[in-house]
Amino acid sequence: MNIVVLVKQIPDPAGPQELNADHTLKREGKLILDESDSYGVEIALQLRESAGGGDVTLVSMAPNGETSGLRTALAMGADDAILVGDDALPGAAALTTAKVLAGAIGRKQYDLVIGAVESSDGYVGVVPAMIAELLGLPSLTFAKKIDIDGSVIRIERQTEAGYDEVEGALPALVSVTAGVVEPRYPSFKGIMAAKKKPLEQVTVADLGVSVPGFNGNEEVTSVEDAPARAAGEKIEDDGTAFERIVAFLDEQKVL
Amino acid sequence: MQFTEEHHQFRRTVRDFVEREINPHCDAWEAAGLFPAHELFARMGELGFLGLEYDPEYGGAGADHSFTVVLGEELGRCSGGSVPMAVGVQTDMATPSLHRFGSHELKQRYLAPAVRGEMVAAIAVTEPDAGSDVAAIRTRAERDGDEWVINGTKLYITNGIQADWLCLLCRTGPESSGYTGMSQIVFPTGTDGFSVSRKLDKLGQRASDTAELSFEDARVPVANTIGEAGQGFQQQMVQFQNERMIAAYNAVGQMDLALERTIAYLREREAFGRPLVANQYLRYRLAELVAEVDLLRHYNYACAAAYMRGEDTTRFATIAKLKAGRLIRDVADTCMQFHGGVGYMEETWTARFFRDARIVSIGGGADEVMLRVLAELSGMGK
Ligand SMILES: Cc1cc2nc3c(=O)[nH]c(=O)nc-3n(C[C@H](O)[C@H](O)[C@H](O)COP(=O)(O)OP(=O)(O)OC[C@H]3O[C@@H](n4cnc5c(N)ncnc54)[C@H](O)[C@@H]3O)c2cc1C
Repeated sequence: MNIVVLVKQIPDPAGPQELNADHTLKREGKLILDESDSYGVEIALQLRESAGGGDVTLVSMAPNGETSGLRTALAMGADDAILVGDDALPGAAALTTAKVLAGAIGRKQYDLVIGAVESSDGYVGVVPAMIAELLGLPSLTFAKKIDIDGSVIRIERQTEAGYDEVEGALPALVSVTAGVVEPRYPSFKGIMAAKKKPLEQVTVADLGVSVPGFNGNEEVTSVEDAPARAAGEKIEDDGTAFERIVAFLDEQKVL
Repeated sequence: MQFTEEHHQFRRTVRDFVEREINPHCDAWEAAGLFPAHELFARMGELGFLGLEYDPEYGGAGADHSFTVVLGEELGRCSGGSVPMAVGVQTDMATPSLHRFGSHELKQRYLAPAVRGEMVAAIAVTEPDAGSDVAAIRTRAERDGDEWVINGTKLYITNGIQADWLCLLCRTGPESSGYTGMSQIVFPTGTDGFSVSRKLDKLGQRASDTAELSFEDARVPVANTIGEAGQGFQQQMVQFQNERMIAAYNAVGQMDLALERTIAYLREREAFGRPLVANQYLRYRLAELVAEVDLLRHYNYACAAAYMRGEDTTRFATIAKLKAGRLIRDVADTCMQFHGGVGYMEETWTARFFRDARIVSIGGGADEVMLRVLAELSGMGK
């Protein structure tokens, strides 16, 4: 069972977040493994374990040749990694990202590609589906559980009401939702072993991918602060407060 | 000291572990007066935290001391001093002598399970009538054939309730044998004649089980002696260096976190129409403490580097521990002061920190004992 996991390396959300003049996120300095992707890595490791073998390969695109987030996923137990770094890539739009990642995935023999539903710094949420399209793979999205049975893949696809069971044929691409498994901690041994694992660094030219201008078809015209939250409504209890609370919840369609 | 990508990764792992597996439980553990050492240590052992520098033959990672620095600093970010102290006992206070001087069999039997986190270890030196003056200990081990017969009392022993074995310092020579009549013995707490006489109620470190231990004709094999009989005091003096170093590493992590949290609070809290952080007195006072913590951090690194070169770090470790103890009291006091009333409330972290920080100047040798060592090293006599 060979699995490719897409992982994004992002600025530490615990630190200050700043934007560049062109409204893109500053990605200088150390990047970390996006927590959203740690679930995919964990699922891939579990699938490899239950399949009794195979490789888990990480594919990432990052500026500055940053590998710290990849090292974390290698320390968790992934086998190798491909990093696409290119001076032209920072600020790439979703379609460009998808083309580049698809090109990198194409260097591997794989049964399954796993990605997160969305990254926790960009929240665009379309890259996995785009990659599936580019690679001609069935796209199974919002998975909270993955089962492999020979060449058949079954997932539980999270919905607002519960989940749907979705089935497809391998090779396939699955996007997994955050929080569905408990990602393992990289052990000290794992961290030391990661140092010696293969990490291939390639450029867009190496992949032979043609991208129609790195910003694709997107243009950001302006960015504004999120509107300040309006003051909430206080309900004083005069004995009938519950009625108004129920009415409010009903209006919000929570009930 | 050079930190590599691996140090960075390890720091992240420990930080995440502390945030997710330790801190959410600290309030409950404080209330219970005990944290589940076996459960927590087993998880830490699995991740390789408990035997960083130890021989892989006994499950250690065979890493160098710089990783202990990272572990110590990051455990300092626990919500309270109890867990870092207990882990420090396991890794740097109760086991270094066994690793250095113990027989292969003894290490297989007691070091390897401690590294895996299956056995909890404690260091038993202090007695009711001997704390600072270690050479005054009275707990006796009398030889009877292949066994030591042990009688005495140990006091203020961290992990004392939960420990599976003690690194026990006893007198094995005649009453008058002074520094040359002591031995370190691995003492399994399941031994007949051993009992925990009291669980002690403390000002701080309240999630840590500190106990008084009693030995009445408790018999352990002479083969449990760590290193050479009669060399216990000397071996313990070396082990104390590890104890003092880890205490100083923990303190840096604790103070970093405390200052970060206080700065964040002063940014939010307003008085006289502006955030408190805009007040120059408060800001500069904190900046000064930031500077002092940084000095200690880099002094620690110099100490660790000397240790890695195989040098005697008595002077380094003594100064680091002394300064850590004094500085953390100042930091804890200032953090509480700048929080005002809320800082005095039990619901705010500052209250626990204020209590817990106080131990650094007492445990592992009081400040005055550090000064005594330094005075002597500086040619002034003890
Ligand atoms: C929470 C906690 C955990 C502990 N854990 C352990 C443990 O796991 N194992 C263990 O063996 N011990 C442990 N201890 C004991 C600790 O190491 C001793 O309390 C410490 O060494 C001081 O000894 P003492 O209490 O007997 O004080 P004393 O020796 O009675 O000294 C009292 C005070 O006198 C002053 N003083 C002492 N000697 C001199 C001197 N020569 N010159 C000037 N002033 C001096 C100091 O201010 C000192 O604080 C722990 C203590 C505490 C509070």
